[in-house]
Amino acid sequence: MLSTDTDILATAESWREAGRGVALATVIETWGSAPRPVGSHLIIDEEGNFLGSVSGGCVEGAVIAEAADVIEDGKPRVLEFGVADETAWRVGLSCGGRIRVLVEPVA
Amino acid sequence: MRLDILREMNRERAARRAVILVTDTADGAQRLVREAEVEADPLASELSARFRSGKSGIVEAEGRSLFLTVQVPPPRLVVIGAVHISQALAPMAKATELDVAIIDPRTAFATPERFPDVTLLALWPDDALAQLPPLDRYTAVAALTHDPKIDDPALVAALKAECFYVGALGSRKTHGRRVERLTEAGLSDEQIGRIAAPIGLDIGAVSPAEIAVSVLAQVIAALRRDRRRAPA
Repeated sequence: MLSTDTDILATAESWREAGRGVALATVIETWGSAPRPVGSHLIIDEEGNFLGSVSGGCVEGAVIAEAADVIEDGKPRVLEFGVADETAWRVGLSCGGRIRVLVEPVA
Repeated sequence: MRLDILREMNRERAARRAVILVTDTADGAQRLVREAEVEADPLASELSARFRSGKSGIVEAEGRSLFLTVQVPPPRLVVIGAVHISQALAPMAKATELDVAIIDPRTAFATPERFPDVTLLALWPDDALAQLPPLDRYTAVAALTHDPKIDDPALVAALKAECFYVGALGSRKTHGRRVERLTEAGLSDEQIGRIAAPIGLDIGAVSPAEIAVSVLAQVIAALRRDRRRAPA
């Protein structure tokens, strides 16, 4: 079962070494009730395969979409997600917290 | 993240050495700092504190916003006794991300058939521990044999190494005699007081699997102590 942050960094290394484009997402800041602690990782490859979690599922779709651009242009970015009442069940955290996520290429 | 840095982080982790990755969140520039190199780093005092707390986080320095990925050795559990509780405990502990090793000099107990997929050493604790990475602050030790000849040397080693959790199976009466023996062996009251005995959270556990749950829960509580105390 590949679910720990240790497994995820080891897998990022093996994906990259197999020649796949890979992005690494990391929770760098949290406010309020955040589902995953600072330092949690999610890795994404160029085909949209992913492993790990930065949010317990609620904003991962948006992170994965952004990761495709990061792999494409090689530039890191910081994404912020929070709860806005009307969007809480779209891209947001239903738990009411806010998180910042760094998405960077593995190059 | 550069692949060579990622590779180095994974290698250090496998060797149970602490490192901090400093990432500039604006441009992604990175450097890796080992614990031995921390004094020479411009962020020395901040990084030293992070090595102690083990917590990743943002630091603002020289007008930059830096993310510190703190990687301390992964927690592990050393179980003394290849007993029935250990058979239930080993897979549960692995599922919660603990590296597990089981030690028991009794070869009838320490068989691969009883303990598939786990590091198993059919040796006396002193000899077995010499073959494993040294006991450290990131290691938990659970003594489950009920046999002082086997449990006591492991408990002494665990307390001296300041393992984050040290537990021992046995009734209060059994533990009373254990305290006397460890005192005679030269351990302080404070050191002996760190032993969780009788082992496990008091959840009324009966079966070996239930006792394993209570032990694992107590190990996790010790591992996450700082997090539990932190304000919500």
